[in-house]
Amino acid sequence: MLEIKDLYAGIDGKEILRGLTLSVQPGEVHAIMGPNGSGKSTLANVLAGRPRYEVTSGEVLFEGKNLLDMPTEERAREGVFLAMQYPVEIAGVNNIYFLKAALNAVRKHRGDEELDALEFLQLAREKMKLVELDEAFMNRGVNEGFSGGEKKRNEIFQMAVLDPKLAILDETDSGLDIDALRIVAEGVNALRSEAHSVLVITHYQRLLRYLVPDFVHVLANGRIVKSGGKELAEELEQKGYDWVETAEVA
Amino acid sequence: MNETVQEIAQQEYKYGFVTEIEADVAPPGLSEDIVRYISEKKNEPAWMLEFRLKALRHWFTMKEPTWANVSYPPIDYQAIRYYSAPKQKKKLNSLDEVDPELRETFSKLGISLDEQKRLSGVAVDAVFDSVSVATTFQAELAKVGIIFCSFSEAVQHHPELVRKYLGSVVPYTDNFFATLNSAVFTDGSFCYIPKGVRCPMELSTYFRINQAGTGQFERTLIVADEGATVSYLEGCTAPRRDENQLHAAVVELVALDDATIKYSTVQNWYPGDKQGRGGIYNFVTKRGKAFNRAKLSWTQVETGSAITWKYPSCILQGDDSVGEFYSVALTNHYQQADTGTKMIHIGRNTRSTIVSKGISAGHGQQTYRGEVKILKNAENARNYSQCDSLLLGDQCGAHTFPYIEVRNATATMEHEASTSKIGEDQLFYAQQRGISAEDAVSMIVNGFCREVFRELPMEFAVEAQKLLGVSLEGSVG
Ligand SMILES: Nc1ncnc2c1ncn2[C@@H]1O[C@H](COP(=O)(O)OP(=O)(O)OP(=O)(O)O)[C@@H](O)[C@H]1O
Ligand SMILES: [Mg+2]
Repeated sequence: MLEIKDLYAGIDGKEILRGLTLSVQPGEVHAIMGPNGSGKSTLANVLAGRPRYEVTSGEVLFEGKNLLDMPTEERAREGVFLAMQYPVEIAGVNNIYFLKAALNAVRKHRGDEELDALEFLQLAREKMKLVELDEAFMNRGVNEGFSGGEKKRNEIFQMAVLDPKLAILDETDSGLDIDALRIVAEGVNALRSEAHSVLVITHYQRLLRYLVPDFVHVLANGRIVKSGGKELAEELEQKGYDWVETAEVA
Repeated sequence: MNETVQEIAQQEYKYGFVTEIEADVAPPGLSEDIVRYISEKKNEPAWMLEFRLKALRHWFTMKEPTWANVSYPPIDYQAIRYYSAPKQKKKLNSLDEVDPELRETFSKLGISLDEQKRLSGVAVDAVFDSVSVATTFQAELAKVGIIFCSFSEAVQHHPELVRKYLGSVVPYTDNFFATLNSAVFTDGSFCYIPKGVRCPMELSTYFRINQAGTGQFERTLIVADEGATVSYLEGCTAPRRDENQLHAAVVELVALDDATIKYSTVQNWYPGDKQGRGGIYNFVTKRGKAFNRAKLSWTQVETGSAITWKYPSCILQGDDSVGEFYSVALTNHYQQADTGTKMIHIGRNTRSTIVSKGISAGHGQQTYRGEVKILKNAENARNYSQCDSLLLGDQCGAHTFPYIEVRNATATMEHEASTSKIGEDQLFYAQQRGISAEDAVSMIVNGFCREVFRELPMEFAVEAQKLLGVSLEGSVG
């Protein structure tokens, strides 16, 4: 599904990722943990094709295709979804209208028929239930005036509707109350299947209790310094990052 | 109603389309002789010539205004041709014969000519260069007493009405460009809705500047008699040319007691190229006068012209009269716009609403200039103004100059303003969801303009949305 090979990347002339290698197979859930500023969001943004991020060397293959060569929207249409750490507000653009445009762009790219308003609404209603998002949110501007937690839930709602092959969740759990956390995890679990992979960036073990990862990686100083199974997350929670970082140096 | 158009269309196919229009043009320059030449060409009565000459003499004493926030090289008024008429004797009878440039513009907007026929419930007066070439549905409208014809015809057939109302809202001394227009205007549309009649269809004028080196000076006069109601649409296009062309029109609206006039414009004159070469100078005076309980509503979508200088205004003369101004103005590349409105409250309980949405992209510069005047007898006058700017990129500019003058303490004034920017983050967010940057921009822009678009008649709203899309092409990414 996703092959990252010796990736070096940064922003505004600052090198942040320094030789990152990671391989995600279809159906796998990988958790990425690591100290603040270690480059987790940078990785997510580089994969999504955010402007201003520059890749200096390395390679990223998505289903065998060179991901870094694709424009941002094409990556999305190919099935890469990024639930952002800080979802953006777009005032005046109806949330549901926005999502319909997105879904139809993706469907068109895949060669599927575009959904009409009615079909779309049906799908949207179904997914809304999944994330327990009130219908009132649909007719507001995209994330306009949403609370922090509502924004995160809206991200998961969008993900559920767009049905991406690779979902990258950048701290989707931060700022969520306990119920919302469960809802988000359930949303992601519903997506979990042979065909879908998830990269979940988080600081907390608590999300991973609901959303059990196949692998846990520790990112420090721009590269993966330790990988393991779900127990690694627990260990990190107890011992902190110093332990891995020193372990790595040793 | 469709029969007329069908009939005309059938008729027309016999002759095929006119691709090149040969024109009858006056020599360049402005003088009493030229004014007499125009008046004579149009076989005008003496009072009409007199009106023109008074205006011309006054114009020679005036100076071009410089207060607008636009810059352009000096215009040589002696180099412009003030008269150009299609030479063909045969009158164009329908929009189907409209020149290919206009068709092309429409097809670029995604409106094929077949679809265009869906507009068949709209009566159209088509003005090419200086002359009205076709007015549809005249017979149909005449049944309810509505007069809808070219200005020239009105001067011939309804001189009493023209004479009574011409210059009654925009006097020939009004301002440099209006005075120039009063001297040399060649055609335009005239419309009279009799007492108590609700016009059964939308009336519209399509203006087209075709000939090189000419100015276009058309004049529109709409009179809604007591209790009458009319909705009027105006659309404009011009071919691409490297030179700048002057368009100085005057529109006068008269809404007598209890009458309603809704005037909508989708202005898409050639804006010049990406480097700022060519384009229309659109220096237009639009004003309406509302008598007791009458209502005037201006809705405009301005995407074209190299320079726009335009302030559709309302004189709220009568008690309980209402004025509205809804505007979307877009400037891209090197376009400049200084636009806004004036609401003059004279009568008691007069109300006005101003909603202005300015969008700037590229190196576009835009100024909103609005004046709200509450005169001393205007008890309980109310104004609400909202003025929003949207910027795309950081090389464009938006400026706001609201002028408020209140001479009656019972007035209520509300003013809101905002400036926002389409940010890189918003575009990234949309793109990350699979939406192209262009589509994202057009969604944001349409959302921004919604309050104005919903004031437009349906067909126009669709056209306006597409136009904004086309006009913003190349402004992102
Ligand atoms: N425009 C920029 N110019 C310079 N440095 C930047 C820029 N943007 C981000 N950085 C730096 O890059 C580093 C990595 O940032 P990143 O957002 O990827 O960290 P993170 O691992 O996601 O941290 P957190 O856990 O706090 O979200 C940080 O030190 C940050 O300050
Ligand atoms: Mg981060």
